[in-house]
Amino acid sequence: MSIMQEDTQQDKPQFSASAMKQVEEIFSRYPDERRASALMPVLHLAQSEFGGWLSRPALDYVAEVVGVAPIRCYEVATFYTMYNLKPVGKYHVQVCTNIACWLCDSDNVVKVLEDKVQAKMGGTTQDNRFTLSEVECLGACINAPMMQVNDDYYENLTADRVAEIIDRLP
Amino acid sequence: MSSKVQILFKNIHKKDSHTYKVARDGGGYKQAEKALNMSTEDVIDEVKRAGIRGRGGAGFPAGLKWSFIPKDNSRAKYLVCNADEGEPGTCKDRDIIRYAPHLLIEGMIIAAFAVGAERGYIYIRGEFVKEAKILEKAIQEAKENGFLGDKVGGKNFRFELAVHRGAGAYVCGEETGLIESLEGKKGQPRVKPPFPANIGLWGGPTVINNVETLSSIPSIIENGGDWYGKLGVEKSSGTKLFSISGHVNKPGNYEVELGIPMKTLIEEYAGGVRGGWDNLKGVIPGGASSAVLPKEVCETVTMDYDAIAKAGSMLGSGAMIVMDKSVCIVRAIERLSRFYRHESCGQCTPCREGTGWLSQIMTRIESGKGVEDDIDLLLSIGNNIAGKTICALGDAAVGPVSGSIKAFRDEYIYHVEHGRCMVG
Ligand SMILES: Cc1cc2nc3c(=O)[nH]c(=O)nc-3n(C[C@H](O)[C@H](O)[C@H](O)COP(=O)(O)O)c2cc1C
Ligand code: SF4
Ligand code: FES
Repeated sequence: MSIMQEDTQQDKPQFSASAMKQVEEIFSRYPDERRASALMPVLHLAQSEFGGWLSRPALDYVAEVVGVAPIRCYEVATFYTMYNLKPVGKYHVQVCTNIACWLCDSDNVVKVLEDKVQAKMGGTTQDNRFTLSEVECLGACINAPMMQVNDDYYENLTADRVAEIIDRLP
Repeated sequence: MSSKVQILFKNIHKKDSHTYKVARDGGGYKQAEKALNMSTEDVIDEVKRAGIRGRGGAGFPAGLKWSFIPKDNSRAKYLVCNADEGEPGTCKDRDIIRYAPHLLIEGMIIAAFAVGAERGYIYIRGEFVKEAKILEKAIQEAKENGFLGDKVGGKNFRFELAVHRGAGAYVCGEETGLIESLEGKKGQPRVKPPFPANIGLWGGPTVINNVETLSSIPSIIENGGDWYGKLGVEKSSGTKLFSISGHVNKPGNYEVELGIPMKTLIEEYAGGVRGGWDNLKGVIPGGASSAVLPKEVCETVTMDYDAIAKAGSMLGSGAMIVMDKSVCIVRAIERLSRFYRHESCGQCTPCREGTGWLSQIMTRIESGKGVEDDIDLLLSIGNNIAGKTICALGDAAVGPVSGSIKAFRDEYIYHVEHGRCMVG
């Protein structure tokens, strides 16, 4: 399981009481005998609860909470790109470089970002503040170019706006 | 053709159009109430007569799809809305969700009633976090107002609806990949047949429709299938949302009747091509999977399923990606090939290996290291993928490559001969 990381920080992950409430709500969306369907939403929840990524112990914990075999959980976590199996910075900046954004000069967005935060696409800044990723179409093509920072979309980007958005992040 | 009929976007300009109150004041859920007083056969019949074809890409007639659901009640049935919106260029469903979520929910109530589904899911792409929240809120409101739950609209009909978020996998937009994903697995498509109408979610008969298809249903119940059938052109009835992106002055989502000339749509709705119509190089008419059409074809082609197919491409999701003369076609297609390689789920050898080869060769040509034989090699690899895989992602990877070679072979040749692109 080399693509998954062991991590001391996430040695014994555990949902808080309020997260556990959310888990119950997630379970209620599916018939009782179809609990495995809750795996994806619970993984999303775990990722946001445990610092933006999923370590091997976190995956084991999710498997236990949902009641599926750990291998099922690894399979799913490795298949979907949104589950981060490595730590990411406080702000995960994802730039779409697919066709509509590329036509509207996403190359420049990439360049401005890399210069601005001093990291390459795929990398994380030294201070762990930013992780930059290049991603496929995010479904906002009429407002190209665009990027996503954590859960938020930023659309109709220009070089100036990109710099401003980065500067304004708390 | 009467123009400017708005079905999907009719109310989206109202303030707070996403709320139950504004939706209800604008006639929301009236058609659900009407449908619940009809027989299920009559509902399906109206949808059949409307002739509406699936707006998710494949263009399969919705009424016919519903009629395949077995009438007996021995197994639980399901309704799934495809809100994965993953086809590059496409961003129309997002606007329905953001501005008219109750229209979608109403369409789902009608569909669920027609096929006898007691449970439904909206499978939304994972990155649409805000959109998922809007939907959840709308579902909550519909529940509070008696349009979801045990007695929908006070009738003896039960319908539970929930949102399920994806997590970044284009292949989960494919209906059986989506079902796998909804079952909590990797989104690897299933072999068809059996089709979802027979064996779908958790083994039950399942209808899967796109957001736009389902959101069109209330208008069909309101005005009748014949009315809807008269919109648009023959075999392409109704209105359609077109996401127009790329080199136009006013990119956006536009709702128009099918059959509108592409040129009119670009010039009169999307503000025209950057630098004027004569600066147009080509248009990808139906999302990244569809073959690019060169300017000569764009002059006259109309935006309906048959006309676009006859022109050698497909209407797909209706996402038009407009490219002006500054674009290197080879580079554009190289980018798309990288996408398909990344998104192949790896189950079928022709797709898993073939999308990798297509992408490598495209990169080789693009970077000036290609040879002339590479062009035919691309076509030959394409022939060995298309139609030989479990799902249509394989074909989708081939379409842009073979289509662009057909329309812009000279650019490919220039690339291999000069080691760089024509447009500098
Ligand atoms: C690779 C692939 C991706 C797809 N992505 C989507 C999508 O994002 N949204 C969608 O509605 N349909 C998508 N489809 C089409 C679905 O398989 C299916 O035909 C559609 O959801 C049916 O609904 P409709 O008949 O209302 O269009 C995709 C198909 C393939 C092969
Ligand atoms: S065609 Fe490609 S994406 Fe579709 S099932 Fe086969 S390998 Fe997976
Ligand atoms: S191509 Fe960038 S959001 Fe669609």
